[in-house]
Amino acid sequence: MAAAVDLQGVTLARGRKNVLTNVTFSLDSCEFVGMLGPNGAGKTTLIQALLGLVPASHGEVRVFGAVPARGNPAIGYMPQSRAAAASLRLSGFDFVAGVVKGHRWGLPLLHRHDRREIAWALDMVGAAELARHPLSEISGGQRQRLLLAQALIGRPKLLLLDEPLMSLDPHHQQDVVALIRSIQRDLRITVLFSAHELNPLVGSLDRVLYLGGGQAALGTVDEVVNGPNLSRLYGSAIDVLHVRGRIFVMSGDCEMERDEHRHDHTGHGRHASHV
Amino acid sequence: MFEYDFMRHAFAAATVVAVLSGLVGYFVVLRGQSFACHALAHVGFTGATGAVLLGTTPLWGLVSVTVAAGIGMGMIGDGLAQRDVASGMILSLSLGLGLLFLHVYTAFATQATALLFGNVLAVDTQTIWSLLLLSAFSLALLAFISRPLLFASLQPELAEAKGVSPRWLDILFLVIVALATAESVQIVGVLLVFVLMVGPAASAQRLTTRIGKALLLSLVFALAEAWCGLTLSFYTDWPTSFCITALSVAIFVTAQLRYRHLTRR
Repeated sequence: MAAAVDLQGVTLARGRKNVLTNVTFSLDSCEFVGMLGPNGAGKTTLIQALLGLVPASHGEVRVFGAVPARGNPAIGYMPQSRAAAASLRLSGFDFVAGVVKGHRWGLPLLHRHDRREIAWALDMVGAAELARHPLSEISGGQRQRLLLAQALIGRPKLLLLDEPLMSLDPHHQQDVVALIRSIQRDLRITVLFSAHELNPLVGSLDRVLYLGGGQAALGTVDEVVNGPNLSRLYGSAIDVLHVRGRIFVMSGDCEMERDEHRHDHTGHGRHASHV
Repeated sequence: MFEYDFMRHAFAAATVVAVLSGLVGYFVVLRGQSFACHALAHVGFTGATGAVLLGTTPLWGLVSVTVAAGIGMGMIGDGLAQRDVASGMILSLSLGLGLLFLHVYTAFATQATALLFGNVLAVDTQTIWSLLLLSAFSLALLAFISRPLLFASLQPELAEAKGVSPRWLDILFLVIVALATAESVQIVGVLLVFVLMVGPAASAQRLTTRIGKALLLSLVFALAEAWCGLTLSFYTDWPTSFCITALSVAIFVTAQLRYRHLTRR
């Protein structure tokens, strides 16, 4: 059986700048993989490449053995920007239903089969009750469940989740991770989950994919997240501290992930200045 | 009142336009594009007056210019909304240009008032047929694109990943909005298009969160506003556009109050 995701010597560019250079790795099916790395390290670009939205400038990208193409029914996707949903005066059910066969022309009428599919997706994320409420009146964490239900429509074999934990408080973060882990196990699918912080994910991950300095490192948390390995990846001195089951990645005197939250949207180049 | 030809014509025209604006308006409000309606109406003024100057019917001048502007806005994309100063200048310029055209055409003041504030009582049979034709075309196009349009409105990035082109849908939708706006101008005029295009849909969205119900409510409100406005105007002798505007605002305020009441509970 073909790997869920396979990259061979892949270079991805955003604009004129290469964000990943000559990267090779592959994800097995039924794997829960956390994708970590600073802003600008290429997490979103990699997801877009797998969706067929960004072509590789070099190398070969394969999703279940095929060249990535838009509209691949095997892929479910949760985009990063989802602030718009918060202001919609729309029931959760209609929000999820809007995705069903959304690529086809014609009236958005739902057949019995479509309704079953929506009910199934809502059940999977535990949002059957939630779907009756308007999006504007539920919490961010609850909205997240509906977005996940949208991603599950069509029963994908690979879920690409772009920063599902962003702007959620720690308690809700744990809920979302646990929910996605259980869905991944129930449906036996592959999940690629991008995040800023490793700690909420640590207990649930099969493997971790670290991006940084144009490179990627894939392995178990212990294999990848250690001082020598990350120092090599980022090309600067990195220490990894373990404190009571939590992991802190330190660049010089600064904690890298914590730092990421403070200065959003700055390139990863700035890490050199911390050293 | 139906013994008068002009009232029968007015009711027919208002019905055709209300059906279109009520349904299109729902998507306009859902997509947060009410500014586009407003802008297209202003740009349409130049088209209508230009057509008068060239000696053709204002409706076709209105239609061609609003459709062209709709396509242009769709191609420029999201950037337009952020450039509010530039947009405002262009809108003011189109009203100014319209005024100039009217001035060159012997300063025909009634024509200007009719375009700015609408003159549904002067609609003739030929115009009604034109309106009907344009409405049928717009609604057919809207029905054809409604499923992907809804998808792209709710989740543009996911839609793009699934092979839908939000950009093309935006252009097609703005063509529909342009046609609906041009039609609404016939009823309530350039300056008051907002009440027909946005009012009913915005009220509907405050009363229900289901798409089907909201579309139906928006349609009912638009028709009720048009019919009651005409009737009120007939018996009071107040301008039709004022009556429709007043009803549209009244329904919106009621819907808003009810919505507040519900959400506070």
